[in-house]
Amino acid sequence: MSANLILAITAGILVAAGVYLLLERSLTRILLGVLLASNGVNMLFLVAAGKPGTPPIVDLAGTDISDPLPQAMVLTAIVITMAVAAFVLTLAYRSFQLHGHDEVADDVEDARIRKLAEADFASESYEDTTFSDTGRDAVSE
Amino acid sequence: MLYALIAAHVVLGALTPILVKRLGSKVFYVLSLGPLAAGVWLVTQAPAVLSGAVHVEGGNWIPMLDVTLTLRMGLVQWVLAMIVTWIGFLVLLYSRWYFEGLESGRSAAILTIFAGTMLGLVTADDLIMVYVFWELTTVFSFLLIGHDPTRRANRGAAQTALIVTTTGGLAMLLGIVAVHHSSGTLSLEAIVANPPTGTLAGVGAMLMLVGALSKSALVPFHFWLPGAMAAPTPISAYLHAAAMVKAGVYLVAVLAPVFAEVPFWRPTVLILGTITMVLGGWRALRQTDLKLLLAYGTVSQLGFMVLLLGVGTKAAALAGLATVIAHALFKSTLFMCVGLIDHSAGTRDIRELNGVGYRVPWLAALGGLAALSMAGMPPLVGFVTKEAAFESIVYMVEGELPDLTPLAAVAFAVALTFGAALTVAYSLRWWWGAFASKDGAPALSWHRPSWGMAAVPMSLGALSLVLGFCGPILTSMLEPYADTLPTGHESHGLALWHGFTWPLVMSALALGTGIVLFIFRSRIAAIQATFPKVTTAEESYHRSLHGIDRIAVEVTARVQRGSLSIYLGIILMTMVSFSLFAMLQIRTWPALRVFDAWPQLLVAIVIASAAVLAAASRGRIRAVLLVGVTGYGLAMLFTMGGAPDLALTQVLVETVTLIVFILVVRKLPRYFTNRPLSSTRWWRILLAGLTGATVTLISLVASGARVAEPVSKDWYEWAYAFGYGKNIVNVALVDTRAWDTLGEISVLVIAATGVASLIFLRSRVSKVSTTKEVFEHRPDEPQADNSPGVWLRAGQTLSPMVRSIVFEVVTRILFGVMIVTSVYLLLAGHNWPGGGFAGGLVAGTALMIRYLAAGRHELDEAAPIDAGRLMGGGLLLALVAAVSPLLLGGTILQSYVWDIHIPLLGELHFVSSTVFDIGVYLVVVGMILDVVRSLGSGIDQHASERIAPVPIPHSTKALPGYGGRS
Repeated sequence: MSANLILAITAGILVAAGVYLLLERSLTRILLGVLLASNGVNMLFLVAAGKPGTPPIVDLAGTDISDPLPQAMVLTAIVITMAVAAFVLTLAYRSFQLHGHDEVADDVEDARIRKLAEADFASESYEDTTFSDTGRDAVSE
Repeated sequence: MLYALIAAHVVLGALTPILVKRLGSKVFYVLSLGPLAAGVWLVTQAPAVLSGAVHVEGGNWIPMLDVTLTLRMGLVQWVLAMIVTWIGFLVLLYSRWYFEGLESGRSAAILTIFAGTMLGLVTADDLIMVYVFWELTTVFSFLLIGHDPTRRANRGAAQTALIVTTTGGLAMLLGIVAVHHSSGTLSLEAIVANPPTGTLAGVGAMLMLVGALSKSALVPFHFWLPGAMAAPTPISAYLHAAAMVKAGVYLVAVLAPVFAEVPFWRPTVLILGTITMVLGGWRALRQTDLKLLLAYGTVSQLGFMVLLLGVGTKAAALAGLATVIAHALFKSTLFMCVGLIDHSAGTRDIRELNGVGYRVPWLAALGGLAALSMAGMPPLVGFVTKEAAFESIVYMVEGELPDLTPLAAVAFAVALTFGAALTVAYSLRWWWGAFASKDGAPALSWHRPSWGMAAVPMSLGALSLVLGFCGPILTSMLEPYADTLPTGHESHGLALWHGFTWPLVMSALALGTGIVLFIFRSRIAAIQATFPKVTTAEESYHRSLHGIDRIAVEVTARVQRGSLSIYLGIILMTMVSFSLFAMLQIRTWPALRVFDAWPQLLVAIVIASAAVLAAASRGRIRAVLLVGVTGYGLAMLFTMGGAPDLALTQVLVETVTLIVFILVVRKLPRYFTNRPLSSTRWWRILLAGLTGATVTLISLVASGARVAEPVSKDWYEWAYAFGYGKNIVNVALVDTRAWDTLGEISVLVIAATGVASLIFLRSRVSKVSTTKEVFEHRPDEPQADNSPGVWLRAGQTLSPMVRSIVFEVVTRILFGVMIVTSVYLLLAGHNWPGGGFAGGLVAGTALMIRYLAAGRHELDEAAPIDAGRLMGGGLLLALVAAVSPLLLGGTILQSYVWDIHIPLLGELHFVSSTVFDIGVYLVVVGMILDVVRSLGSGIDQHASERIAPVPIPHSTKALPGYGGRS
């Protein structure tokens, strides 16, 4: 089966542009990256579906019919992408509402763990479990 | 019957929280009925079991994995079950006084259910069932030790017990799997009858032994048991003396007859048993807490019992099983004595207790019997069993086991005699510490214990004396078990007098040494103190836990950098390098065709340029529009690729997404953050390029791999034969792959709910208000014009500055057309391009246009309904459509067709999956309505309340919506 070069390259460019934006810090740009990349991936289905033919509708078709299976998958993907876009966009709005920007900051918790590691400490949730076995003169907390 | 009895325990436990409110601590009277009933039933089974019959019950559980629910009660099981039920009954009875003034039923409930679980554990035949009950007892033990989670001691002890015993339990599970693999059965009985051989079976047996050792607190797992004394004393008496710790002993007892000859089994049992016995006794000698003294004593005795039952000779097995009985009797008595003293005196410290014996002489005497039994004094049952044990050791010295060299056997005999001497010493120490008068001890505050609380241990103590004279009866009872062992001499049997024999000499030696050790206790303590301090198993355990935590911190700090882009970078690099590596191996690449048609090339160029420009764009709206171009371009490619459904949906989705973007972006700054062209940017470009190239190559490989017959080949006929539709893609969505669609619309609902919750923080539902209501709140202005001639009613609520009459007119005309179109798409979709998604998107867009033309009140005019109800209704409809074929005798999501003749309109070809599609339609409309109401109306409302962000001119930031207050 031959492969459609132009579609493959376009899908690659879409994914590349999407990844470039995904690696950004601004949430809006990350979202645009997701949209570009998902358009690219949807196009991949078109490439993988093989040679295009007539629409997969009974009575309409000749001998060459486009494969309906990838189409059903892409249809699902398109609609879900829309829902995700709406949600992430709202997150960006909320971020602006709270902080005046939509930059995804580094995780504060991870920075704290790094400090613990540098100081050679155990985690904050670690409890020294040595117990007085009488259970009587124990430290009460 | 056994299952009914176990269930009775569980029911009683479940009812405890209710009962305890009415009965207080009297609830234990009720709870003790569970073990009592089980115990009575066991007694009725005695004649049958003792004559060799076996009680079996149960059924299938997982036939494919050979797992059954079989319970099987032979002699050993019956003995253990008797111990578990009767001691359980007495402990629960005793708890009635110990927990006087009980308010929370938690521990009582768990204790009762635990008793039932224990009954299941000692009677389960299927190894998986054994494991399930085994771990249940671990969990209950954890809960009971940690009965007061506010105290560090309880938390620590509970956690340690849990980790140590579960680790052993997991080893045991591995062992079970190995044994199952080599024997082909999970039934204990079948394994014993037909033991597996080979390395795997041996490894499995050893792993199961590890589980048993950890549960029974043998060195090096012993340290959890003294810690477990943090639990209330009745619980310690039951779990950590009589019942749970015996689980390991039980397992050893049933496995030893077939696995004692496995390599390493016998040395392990002999060495660890001896070490445990001596170490436990040695440490018991220096305890000042009565309960802790008993705990170390239990460790010591468990070592002894495991040794006897595990070594696998006839005489030792008989002695071992008898010791299990004797130990259960005297140890629970002693614990209950400690509980009583603790309850009455408020302390159980040897240094503070003084003259208790004068206050409760009867308890001192009968509790003393139990201590004497533990010490192995004649004529108590402890003496009888210890004699038998020594007898079996004498046989070993005489060369009963060919692998055991004479010197080693003598060494074991000496060590065990020394262990017995230690037992004598700490037994005396216990009695002396509990009841004797001591010089210089402070005066004791004492309140009289209830008679019942004392009666329970006293009767059990007396039983130790009675059983001492029942040696022959015990012998005849237990002998059938001893006979299942293949090696060794027959035992002489349990009796008080065997004549002047080696065992008697060993007993006398032990007794004499023990008494000397007790008399010179202060000197012994001084000697103990001079011993060099070694790292104990407990310290190593704590160090290893600390080490694990430290490793986790170090690994987390290195791996979890906290930066999203680094994570993504790592993931993408992995994808790129792995795929490229795989593709380097490919020798024949598929043939290429540059494009299918000229328009395809043109559109592709447009898409690619738009994508690159969008990535480079700094303007927010510009980037959004460019991304939109790629979407519309994709729709055109779909059209050319023979996918009209996709093209239709893509165009509609792209439109909705664009509108949603514009709704939000209007409140955001015009430009993205202006970052300097840093080095990371070049890295990002490189990574993006590599990923894109990889994707291109993968897609080429994928289409080259399209050599097999497509799955969808048969869909062409089946779509109409089973789905009654001509549009194969739509049939796929609502019939073939409808589960997928059901999941998808659920995602839509979740996303819409998320959007609404982020905007309307407190309530998911926004208030729907019509124009009329809006004007009612504006007394200074004229009332709403409700005449039908008004183009869009809510247009009046807008300021004339922003109002566009032309837009309102167009909307008024367009809206009806769009709704009709959407319904057409919905209904026609089964046979022609369209369907629930496309229809819903069109209807949703129509609603959006109403909002855009005349504001948020117009949206409420257009759809005076809560979006959540619309989506919920749609989801419900889809579910009903999915499930209802079951009522017609079909399978879930099966399609049916009805041809109905309607006058005037003609034939209606109604397919049941249309109902499902209507559900999809409603969900999509509801979702868009929800999004517009949130991001349109909601943001409008934020703006009027001054909590929307305000972009700062010439900046990439905005003023936060709350002016910095959040």
